[in-house]
Amino acid sequence: MMKFRFRRQGADPQREKLKQELFAFNKTVEHGFPNQPSALAFDPELRIMAIGTRSGAVKIYGAPGVEFTGLHRDAATVTQMHFLPGQGRLLTLLDDSSLHLWEIVHHNGCAHLEEALSFQLPSRPGFDGASTSSSLTRVTVVLLLAAGDIAALGTEGGSIYFLDVTTLALLERQTLSPDEILRSVPDDYRCGKALGPVESLQGHLRDPTKILIGYSRGLLVIWNQAAQCVDHVFLGNQQLESLCWGRNSGTIISSHSDGSYAIWPMNTGSSPTLQPSVATVPYGPFPCKAINKILWRNCESGGHFIIFSGGMPRASYGDRHCVSVLRAETLVTLDFTSRIIDFFTVHSTRPEDEFDDPQALAVLLEEELVVLDLQTPGWPSVPAPYLAPLHSSAITCSAHVANVPAKLWARIVSAGEQQSPQPISSASNWPITGGRNLAQEPSQRGLLLTGHEDGTVRFWDASGVALRPLYKLSTAGLFQTDCEHADSLAQAAEDDWPPFRKVGCFDPYSDDPRLGVQKVALCKYTAQMVVAGTAGQVLVLELNDVPTEQAVSVASVDLLQDREGFTWKGHERLSPRAGPLPWPAGFQPRVLVQCLPPAAVTAVTLHAEWSLVAFGTSHGFGLFDYQRKSPVLARCTLHPNDSLAMEGPLSRVKSLKKSLRQSFRRIRKSRVSGKKRIANANSKLQEANAQLAEQACPHDIEMTPVQRRIEPRSADDSLSGVVRCLYFADTFLRDAHHGPTMWAGTNSGSVFAYALEVPAAVAGGEKRPERAVEAVLGKEVQLMHRAPVVAIAVLDGRGRPLPEPYEASRDLAQAPDMQGGHAVLIASEEQFKVFTLPKVSAKTKFKLTAHEGCRVRKVALATFASVACEDYAETCLACLTNLGDVHVFSVPGLRPQVHYSCIRKEDISGIASCVFTRHGQGFYLISPSEFERFSLSARNITEPLCSLDISWPRDATRARVQESPKLSQANGNPSIILAPQSCDRSPDLAHKGADTPEPPESTLSPMSIDSATSADTTLDTTGDVTVEDVKDFLGSSEESERNLRNLTEDEAHTCTILIK
Amino acid sequence: MQGLAESLRAAPVRPAPWERAGLPLLEGVPSETSEEHFGAEFRRFSLERSKPGRFEEFYGLLQHVHKIPNVDVLVGYADIHGDLLPINNDDNYHKAVSTANPLLRIFIQKKEEADYSAFGTDTLIKKKNVLTNVLRPDNHRKKPHIVISMPQDFRPVSSIIDVDILPETHRRVRLYKYGTEKPLGFYIRDGSSVRVTPHGLEKVPGIFISRLVPGGLAQSTGLLAVNDEVLEVNGIEVSGKSLDQVTDMMIANSRNLIITVRPANQRNNVVRNSRTSGSSGQSTDNSLLGCPQPMEPSFEPEDEDSDEDDVVIEDNGVPQQIPKAVPEAESLESLTQIELSFESGQNGLIPSRGLSLAPAAGGTDSEFETRAPVQKLLEEDGTIITL
Repeated sequence: MMKFRFRRQGADPQREKLKQELFAFNKTVEHGFPNQPSALAFDPELRIMAIGTRSGAVKIYGAPGVEFTGLHRDAATVTQMHFLPGQGRLLTLLDDSSLHLWEIVHHNGCAHLEEALSFQLPSRPGFDGASTSSSLTRVTVVLLLAAGDIAALGTEGGSIYFLDVTTLALLERQTLSPDEILRSVPDDYRCGKALGPVESLQGHLRDPTKILIGYSRGLLVIWNQAAQCVDHVFLGNQQLESLCWGRNSGTIISSHSDGSYAIWPMNTGSSPTLQPSVATVPYGPFPCKAINKILWRNCESGGHFIIFSGGMPRASYGDRHCVSVLRAETLVTLDFTSRIIDFFTVHSTRPEDEFDDPQALAVLLEEELVVLDLQTPGWPSVPAPYLAPLHSSAITCSAHVANVPAKLWARIVSAGEQQSPQPISSASNWPITGGRNLAQEPSQRGLLLTGHEDGTVRFWDASGVALRPLYKLSTAGLFQTDCEHADSLAQAAEDDWPPFRKVGCFDPYSDDPRLGVQKVALCKYTAQMVVAGTAGQVLVLELNDVPTEQAVSVASVDLLQDREGFTWKGHERLSPRAGPLPWPAGFQPRVLVQCLPPAAVTAVTLHAEWSLVAFGTSHGFGLFDYQRKSPVLARCTLHPNDSLAMEGPLSRVKSLKKSLRQSFRRIRKSRVSGKKRIANANSKLQEANAQLAEQACPHDIEMTPVQRRIEPRSADDSLSGVVRCLYFADTFLRDAHHGPTMWAGTNSGSVFAYALEVPAAVAGGEKRPERAVEAVLGKEVQLMHRAPVVAIAVLDGRGRPLPEPYEASRDLAQAPDMQGGHAVLIASEEQFKVFTLPKVSAKTKFKLTAHEGCRVRKVALATFASVACEDYAETCLACLTNLGDVHVFSVPGLRPQVHYSCIRKEDISGIASCVFTRHGQGFYLISPSEFERFSLSARNITEPLCSLDISWPRDATRARVQESPKLSQANGNPSIILAPQSCDRSPDLAHKGADTPEPPESTLSPMSIDSATSADTTLDTTGDVTVEDVKDFLGSSEESERNLRNLTEDEAHTCTILIK
Repeated sequence: MQGLAESLRAAPVRPAPWERAGLPLLEGVPSETSEEHFGAEFRRFSLERSKPGRFEEFYGLLQHVHKIPNVDVLVGYADIHGDLLPINNDDNYHKAVSTANPLLRIFIQKKEEADYSAFGTDTLIKKKNVLTNVLRPDNHRKKPHIVISMPQDFRPVSSIIDVDILPETHRRVRLYKYGTEKPLGFYIRDGSSVRVTPHGLEKVPGIFISRLVPGGLAQSTGLLAVNDEVLEVNGIEVSGKSLDQVTDMMIANSRNLIITVRPANQRNNVVRNSRTSGSSGQSTDNSLLGCPQPMEPSFEPEDEDSDEDDVVIEDNGVPQQIPKAVPEAESLESLTQIELSFESGQNGLIPSRGLSLAPAAGGTDSEFETRAPVQKLLEEDGTIITL
């Protein structure tokens, strides 16, 4: 009996094949700003930039659309990164003092960033195991010598090691110990003190043999690598932070921990330089913080730039994150909102050039990347075409709009351009332009809308690999908030000195939590949208190309409907500003509806054709006619016993405060006990006992296991009245005549369906006549399992979802079958069900939770196009579960098709942030600042596809078989096509010759350099391989084996040709 | 020999309690004469004591005598101890007739209005006048009785199933959660159990019952106990699933929960009969009260799915259960051929005559059962033991 009941369906080969043509899971690209960046590098030859993060990720960016991602095996912080210029190779230093060599390589047309070698500086022999020795060999700085294949490693102990970069082998003989340097230093400077760690290593652009070494104690040394001798010493006495070598070898600039910088003249005399020519504390005279990094760049037009970070007066501005740009008399103190990680200038690096002529300054901050145009007067910031800080205010909701009409797209772009303070021309000034984007122009425009805590909605171009900001809508201007004068006060208090300039857009502080955007809906045909927020505000807006000044009509809807005995304990509603208000071009508010009680809006939907907006909160739902500006319906869904619904969000804040207080107490307690430790033995014993007792408490908590109550949901569970979804449809609700309907689903498995009486629009007219809309409750469905209803959709007679309003009438979608046979798909957190209409009877269903033990978090109907057949597509239900798995079901059969694991189940915010597109892609937040883009569709994949002209120096160049870009797409992995530059290379050396033996270190990395041939079966080194993927690979193993053989032959062939 | 019967038709009493954890005691006392009490009026008629005939005939006779041909009634009689006992099958009918001395007093109540509490030991003695008891139900509300109802109106609350296919150390328990207010009443927790693996004994994580709520369904059945390891929920193994997942699965199945456990106490295991094998009709009979098995079909809950429970309220405001759509040819067109071949019982398309060759165990409703008796047999292969 059970055998039958739980029988698994068999596999139909025909269907399995079709499934492979329709569905494929890929995580394609990460949009936004890398979380917790820790290192920055720039390759001036290829004009590509690398960002390393604290989780060990490496990301390389070039022109928009050119992106590479890699991840270190150990999740250690990337502390430094250095490009081997022009080679597409990157040396990274992690905080465990290991070095890693990354290469942009290409395997069988599917290329990516790959770790080639790694290296760990050995501890000094004889001191093995001693903690001091390991810290002495900790790498503090890395310098790639201009020759390109040797790296110098400065260490904590003051020694400098040299490394062959191509093999990551230590050049044992060349190690430069501080003792050797000290020999060249006068005795009175030495005075028995160590030089300290190596603080800075700088190569000379024109003379590759010279290395500038800076020790922590302040000593600067020019070391001649060729002659193995000290050329010159500068006897600095101030603790050193960083060094920069002037281009024409005339000067050296050093920055120090006391906030000063010094300029040292380069005289050729052999006697040590005792004093700098200039030493200044730019923000003195009061004590200043250290200048962490300083750059010196000269200009053809005369003068030079001095750019440095830090150095602010300790007492007054010690907490600011500043980069100062000084040129002649002009000083600008760039005031950032987050910590400065690193910065670089984009300037000429050709040795023959006389001047640096910096074009741009790029500053990597903890939360954003800011680029300033140094060639335009005023040094304006350049809007970044990617790396946008999505989280400039925390993301509270997101929505995706597919197939945006070109007209609306242009209007939004133009509204955004009017908004940006920068001249439009500067958009083309983006200095990081490496590589070529080979991806085809996206076939359709996709718009990603993100709602934020500060009441803004941001519009992003999500059509391609680079997520580009288009337009920002702010709703805060409509309301009176108490933070406004505080802002102006702060500005008045600002002094003229230092000359602060606010830069960047990261601003995590919300004026008023009530402004937070909860739900967004956009009608792409009428350019009308609705934005709903935390204090029950529902705002209907319309796109206007010109600025206007107008009053917004305000209405309020009581969702409690005279229910007695309830008092709202949450926040007040927002008070709107009275009178006409100025609105810039863009989306301008028309109507504001305020829900009472002012609980957060939990669902919203818009029907522009009927001029209706429906909204729901934890108390009920309402329907509002925004053409006549009158409420149509309000319905309370509250269960009489539900007390939680009344409390509002403030109770949660309270608990947060409480937990904060507790954690502070815990800290204080530990501090107290820490002090006790110095006391006598007796008290030590007491303390030990106390600690034991303390430990016992949490131990007990662990011992009593977490238990879960097994009970069906009851009607009076808390928050059962929360409205989870709202939906408009033209369908059959009461009889054989179809008409406008509205559907609402609640947290307790109730579905309310209303028949709407909407006066028909006059033929040709956009607006319907001024008659009242009526709503009559047609049906009420109670799902007995009482799980929250997460989505409702009506399917037409052919089983396809109804098109959006205006979609069919404007010939943008196939007209629905209105002959009857409609059905409604109700998705709860536990089950999917299809019921017939107008007579409600159960048609199909799938009980997900009962079978898989997972619950539905997000669902969406999506169209999946086949890769094999141009115009074959299926509409399916995509669903994300609380375990982070994505399932796809057929519609209306509700048969499971495929499922993939997508998000870690512990990543609750990632799961909560997921949004599906109409064409089988999706986005979710992998950090507060990054969206991961994934695709379920085998055809609709948005991934980086780019080329980079790289040239490797003689010995290191390895031939790569060039493949057509088509192949890589079929594989579905993030891929680039490399075009190795070989014009100026002799062909016999273009291939990795037999004279270069395989370095022994290469065995450390699993993917050896020569493994290109095996890469067409590679299981994606990023580790996102699902079981299905593996199956696919197994299925095609025969083919890939054949490819492999061919390829091996091919390469062998090329080898012979090359070696001949 | 002719006997006399006196019958009484009773007025409505109170709504029937829906579930009982036990079976009524079916007892009888020999009697010669039958006497029926009939509402305010009595009917007296005679019966052949030596050849009482079958219960159905007797039932028809009562309906005839009272001129209530199409009314479902409950028949009870007063035994020699004064207890009101039911007559609903041949056995207790014969017993009643044989114990009648000389009059067999029969009480008739409309089934839908029946007062089940009237039945039971001492009912007629304690309530001196059964009439006041039956006719004026308010009286006895003062003192709630142990409620014993008619067998066919019983609903099982739990059962041990699949004894024949499970290892003896396992127990598959089915908890029937109807509209009752009684909670399922148990909690589960994480834990670890020791398994025999090729590498020797290994500790593996498992899910255990951590607590039974007094008075809850789980406790009242006596089939589940604290520290029983949960192995499966409705046929799906829980190994590798988290506590939250198992919780969600159990709650999702809570209306018809089938838990396979390894009882902590292995001494009360069902001992398998050697004669039973595979899916034979007769499985181990450990029913404590020896209740007749043929009653089962009426007990078999048709709502394996909670589908039938979904309620729709139309304009008239009366809640109705949502029926299942019978797929018509027209609506089938929308499903692809492939989908049909993927047909399975538990989920998806509700089976129809046309395409339900698969044993659609999940989608049985009463309508369906009558049409597909073969599948019915397949499903109820007698492995259900009712306690």
